[in-house]
Amino acid sequence: MSLTLEGVTKVVNGRVHIHPTDLTLEGGTMNVLLGPTLAGKTSLMRLMAGLDVPQTGRILWQGQDVTGLRVQDRKVAMVYQQFINYPSMSVYDNIASPLRLMGKTALDIDAAVRKTADLMQLTPMLDRRPLELSGGQQQRCALARALVKEAGLVLLDEPLANLDYKLREELRAEIPKIFEAAGSIFVYATTEPEEALLLGGNTATLWEGRITQFGPTPQVYRQPKDATTARVFSNPPMNFLTLTKSGARILYGKGQSAPAIGSLMSLGDGTYVAGFRPNHLDLEQRAGQMLVFDTRLNVTEITGSETFVHLDHYGERWVGLVHGVRDLKLAAPLRVYLDPAHVYVFGQDGVLVAPAAYAMAA
Amino acid sequence: MAKITLDNLAHSYLARPVTPEDWALKEMNHVWDDGEAYALLGASGCGKSTLLNIISGLLRPSQGRILFNDVDVTDQATAGRNIAQVFQFPVVYDTMTVRDNLAFPLRNRGASAAYVAQRVEAIARMIGMESELGHKARGLTADAKQKISLGRGMVREDVNALLFDEPLTVIDPHMKWELRTQLKALHHQFGHTMIYVTHDQTEALTFADKVVVMHDGRVVQMGTPQELFERPEHTFVGYFIGSPGMNLLDAEVTGAQAVVQGTEIALAGDYGRPAGRVQIGVRPEFVRLVAGDEGLLVKVVRIEDVGRHKIVRCDFRGVEINAIVDEGAEISPDMTRVSFDPAAVNVYADDWRVTPRSLIGVAA
Repeated sequence: MSLTLEGVTKVVNGRVHIHPTDLTLEGGTMNVLLGPTLAGKTSLMRLMAGLDVPQTGRILWQGQDVTGLRVQDRKVAMVYQQFINYPSMSVYDNIASPLRLMGKTALDIDAAVRKTADLMQLTPMLDRRPLELSGGQQQRCALARALVKEAGLVLLDEPLANLDYKLREELRAEIPKIFEAAGSIFVYATTEPEEALLLGGNTATLWEGRITQFGPTPQVYRQPKDATTARVFSNPPMNFLTLTKSGARILYGKGQSAPAIGSLMSLGDGTYVAGFRPNHLDLEQRAGQMLVFDTRLNVTEITGSETFVHLDHYGERWVGLVHGVRDLKLAAPLRVYLDPAHVYVFGQDGVLVAPAAYAMAA
Repeated sequence: MAKITLDNLAHSYLARPVTPEDWALKEMNHVWDDGEAYALLGASGCGKSTLLNIISGLLRPSQGRILFNDVDVTDQATAGRNIAQVFQFPVVYDTMTVRDNLAFPLRNRGASAAYVAQRVEAIARMIGMESELGHKARGLTADAKQKISLGRGMVREDVNALLFDEPLTVIDPHMKWELRTQLKALHHQFGHTMIYVTHDQTEALTFADKVVVMHDGRVVQMGTPQELFERPEHTFVGYFIGSPGMNLLDAEVTGAQAVVQGTEIALAGDYGRPAGRVQIGVRPEFVRLVAGDEGLLVKVVRIEDVGRHKIVRCDFRGVEINAIVDEGAEISPDMTRVSFDPAAVNVYADDWRVTPRSLIGVAA
């Protein structure tokens, strides 16, 4: 099973929604489209589904050209952010409806509905109507209807966005198990990096209508090829600072100058952009050779187990995430530390020049 | 700015409530301090929006009173309460410019043009829309419109309280950071009494001085983020706060020792002999995966890479125990047991936390 996009584009009223895109997805995989609102996630899914026809390029299903083939004639199932069910039908009939349209026998339908309901933990609710269910159960019902068809391609467009935090957490943990059992190609759109990480599989990061990187999720997270990918795949946002290498010394932002250490030693002279994740910032000097920054603490946010520190480093705004609850003085200087192994270096065009050493070792 | 008192407050959407389930909000007595930031946190249907609507005057409680600075406002309409509200979905005037939208609450109350201009500038800077002030609101994205709603909610300095009902739901994750931090900075600067309703624990914990956790129409705990994390008063708080939530294990507790299916676990205090269904609760952050023969024997079921840390999901005789370990931590096959930091183990009887009689050898 495979889905291939070849040079696919989408232009609406002269505005480019999808720049030329090449992508191949294999059967039995979970593929996350990660990006902010308007990055092109839904546009890309609509092209994959056949709801929209691309301006240029081809869409291949199992090697066959299906460009322009209507959604009805493709083996596609979609689940949206809104819980879409037939309100007048029971949960059983909701799940059975796509199979009835396909003209399956009553016996086959019953077996498939019960199997899927069991997988989605809906068995006790089969006789109820969707509106009598909680939001989480309504979305389980919509997911069951998508799964029961055994469509080769299942598209999930932010399916958990309208659920409460805790329900989201529970369903999110189940989705990988469900797709492992199904064998279809799953495509899952989300704005949340943590959701992409928890779903595993592959991730394509999207930014302004372009896929910036596609690969196994942990690899895209730890080995981004450019600053845009790193930015999209970081929540809280990745911190950036300019870095000017001159001989054996490096000038950080408008701030301090220090000897180059770690992977920074091998950089040629010039100006770069360094990026590091908030959780890699430290308030204590742990390793031997750490970068030291004098910042000013603007705001702290305590989550109970961790503390977010919002810092000002000579006009650059950084976020740090440190373990434990810290009682720190606001609007006061704060010295922070950074292990150079956690620093990504990008060229001024945003392309990765030096990867973070820790990510290569992992 | 106001102190808010909930006096004997309760609400039912039914005309003649009979059973406890008929009450969307069970009787509560609370005093919320002037100038503090509160978050109402709970799942859908827990009563948090009902409570917010009573405070804002959109709903008259079936029982009890609500006071602003000790003045009874129970029968006062929303307009008379001098509050600002921001809702889940944007409320903007499409035909007006961003500037006029932001200025609206001030002009409505006859503020001077100079003051309006100065406030609008300050708010626009805060929500990052300085360059769009002259644009019409029509045609802006949903999150841009929501930023305008937030800005308009905060433009007046003389309100009794600022009420937010899930204001960041439609905002992108990156922008959420930005706006939440700005709200927090604003709170420090002006000291408004703020009430923020959300189902998102990160939003609640990072925003509020005090988090009010609601469950089934009741306030189950009101406390600082640290208190909710370290000493959940109810198992619901343990479950709802934290990702994953607190691990719970049935146990027999005697004095400073718990026994879980034959394995002894040390406690940091003397708990006597609590009655009812007794459980111990340990947050995943305080569970360590160890080799050797101390602790509970478990089977590692799955390891989830969440980026900044890993969640190790273990099975202990049919009960899930989760551990959180560092991003770089190695998990070797001989790590078959979990052990707990005694100071981080809480004891529960029928879902409520038991206070130890005395603590043993640990700082409280």
